[in-house]
Amino acid sequence: MVTPPAPVSPFPYNPGSLLSVMDLSVEGVSRLLTRATDLENEDPLLRDHILAKRRIALLFYESSTRTRTSFELAAKALGADTTLVSNLSSSIEKGESLKDTGLTLRALGAQAIVLRHNSSGAAWLLEESTRLPVVNAGDGMHEHPTQALLDLRTILAHLRPGIGGVGPETLAGVTVSIVGDILHSRVARSNMLLLPRLGARVLLCGPKELLPEQAARSSPGIEIERDFDAALNRSQAVIMLRIQAERLAGLQLDLDEYKASYQLTGQRLAQHAPQAVVLHPGPIIRGLEITAGVADGVQSAIEQVRNGVAIRMAVLEQALLATRQGGRA
Amino acid sequence: MTELAICGGRLLDPAVGVDAQKDLLIRDGRVAEIAGPGKLKRTNGAQVLDAAGLIVAPGLIDMHVHLREPGQAYKETIASGTAAAAAGGFTAVAAMPNTLPVNDSPETTRWMQAPERGANVRVFPVAAATRGSKGETINDYAALKAAGAVAVTDDGRPILKDGTMREALAAAARVGLSVIQHAEDTRITQIAAGTASMNLGPVSFKLGLRGMPAEAESSIVERDIRLVAELKDAHPHLHVAHTSTAAALAAVRQARRNGLRVTCEVTPHHFLLTEEHVGLYNTHAKMNPPLRSAADRDAMIEGILDGIVDAIATDHAPHAMHEKEIEFELAPNGITGLETALGLCLRWLHGEWKMPLGRVLSLLSAQPAALLGLKGRGTLAVGSFGDAVVFDPKAEWIYRATESKSKAKNTPFDGWTMQGKVRWTVSEGRVAYAG
Repeated sequence: MVTPPAPVSPFPYNPGSLLSVMDLSVEGVSRLLTRATDLENEDPLLRDHILAKRRIALLFYESSTRTRTSFELAAKALGADTTLVSNLSSSIEKGESLKDTGLTLRALGAQAIVLRHNSSGAAWLLEESTRLPVVNAGDGMHEHPTQALLDLRTILAHLRPGIGGVGPETLAGVTVSIVGDILHSRVARSNMLLLPRLGARVLLCGPKELLPEQAARSSPGIEIERDFDAALNRSQAVIMLRIQAERLAGLQLDLDEYKASYQLTGQRLAQHAPQAVVLHPGPIIRGLEITAGVADGVQSAIEQVRNGVAIRMAVLEQALLATRQGGRA
Repeated sequence: MTELAICGGRLLDPAVGVDAQKDLLIRDGRVAEIAGPGKLKRTNGAQVLDAAGLIVAPGLIDMHVHLREPGQAYKETIASGTAAAAAGGFTAVAAMPNTLPVNDSPETTRWMQAPERGANVRVFPVAAATRGSKGETINDYAALKAAGAVAVTDDGRPILKDGTMREALAAAARVGLSVIQHAEDTRITQIAAGTASMNLGPVSFKLGLRGMPAEAESSIVERDIRLVAELKDAHPHLHVAHTSTAAALAAVRQARRNGLRVTCEVTPHHFLLTEEHVGLYNTHAKMNPPLRSAADRDAMIEGILDGIVDAIATDHAPHAMHEKEIEFELAPNGITGLETALGLCLRWLHGEWKMPLGRVLSLLSAQPAALLGLKGRGTLAVGSFGDAVVFDPKAEWIYRATESKSKAKNTPFDGWTMQGKVRWTVSEGRVAYAG
């Protein structure tokens, strides 16, 4: 029976935008990774001219340490001017809509907007309203594409040292476990959509309340493994997630039970994945999803946050210099 | 004496089984005569509509619309909503009570029908089932019916308490009204800090949106049917509004097999679209009940084709542009529907899925008239109201939301190809719309 087809996405409107990891082709990912390394190694005085005096607005509706700081440092490293607008110190508090806030920033001369928002899909609304390059720095429970890119960079640094660009087979044979509160995690969604496209297998691991069965149907290359030890046995990389208490919406969890099943302890790691690299997008709740010993241990790549500046330099450069013909795939 | 003659057209009146070349004469608001082409006994002063090549059918009846008055005239008024209705071929609409204040009184019911509202076609208020639609105290249905209410409902705020719903069904049955239920277990869908905004499934997971499970609808339908069965001797009439899930429709089907008076309606969006049409947070695809899975959508089509669905209703729910241009989770539910229903039904139900034209029109006129007990409507038999739609069944056209007669433009069907163009809508002998 013929039925009306699903609509074709008009997004992104601006070739510089990065709303979802799905906006990037594998070549696009490769280009950003290569560019991140180039920019990191560039003479700071030369790098300073790349986006000299360009204006980037950092629009943050949620608190953030890592993401906000690294975007700001990345923008400044390329010579751009930044302005921070947060929901607690702006007209947003007076009820101004996201659309109007975006239009105001554009009228003030912002040439790109980095958006962190507590509502899934907010970056799409802002891009449609302003048609500016919009970089999604985390929207609700949906996506956090630059975090996935920096996680990828960290994984590559540990498992494929020295590699420059990537292709569809780069992570063939690699299994990455994402563990914990998958349901509420934008980091999980971006990673599970990105890593399989480079050949990795993704295991999602967590209790039913935080990891619904339909998660496995998000994309090929994803499976659910509820037994943490079994997941660890198969993994070369482990991404630990915190429980997002602010999004539980009345869900009751037995934390002792959770820790018994899903806390990454030194003993568990030594027994089941002694070689794996451990990542965590932060903020870390020590003693809940991960013990302090593991967080600070030799297998931990939690200093990965440093990779964030390099990736975000590449993303911001693309945001402001991309053209419809080149720039991105 | 005023006369309107519709001549040269094909009269298609499924209520009485007429499908023939006939001329129609409406005198003083009522159908006075039906005769072969050129045979009407009309006066020289009669207004004549040349319907050559067109279909003349009973005016369409939408048993589920939101006209937003009283209280939210910035979204829609009774005048603008009924102007959109006329443009869509509708001559009667049943207006839901979730206004400000809630229509739970004879005064508001009468206010909505007063000539000062400037309605372009007939408005039949559906009154609130409980005081303030709070789900606690049953209203005075006899008084509401006397004021013109044609059914009762707490649409948008489902009656959750078994006792209240039982009482509503029994009280409505005593005065010959149906209880229309918006079936949604809000104890599941509206949890603190996380109201669901679309269907629960792989798409909601992917988009990071909280989802409404199909069971939130079907469990209420099943509960209501149990109550109807318990009250069997009182002959209550339960009507399930905007049915959207296969499970709810299956429950209605079973209830009918068991001889219960349980009826249902389906909207064009629920038989055409799925959760995939939410795309990337398109708020014009956000409504309640939400767009469901492909399997649910297919069940709606099947139910319409096999006759278990009693009516097509639009759930026309206008909102101001700025209200929809916000974050998906925060945007209000609802889409407009009055101007697109006929074009979509003809294109898809008749054109693609080969439902006979008479049956399609019946779902949009005779059947809703019967469900609401509207006497003399839903048919063009002699003596009935002169409510007619005259349309070109072959004409294809593109719907443009910007050209809507409604105040609102919130539709997912902007730019869609429609089949069947309304040329005239006639409300009680008066041309309410000319296209």
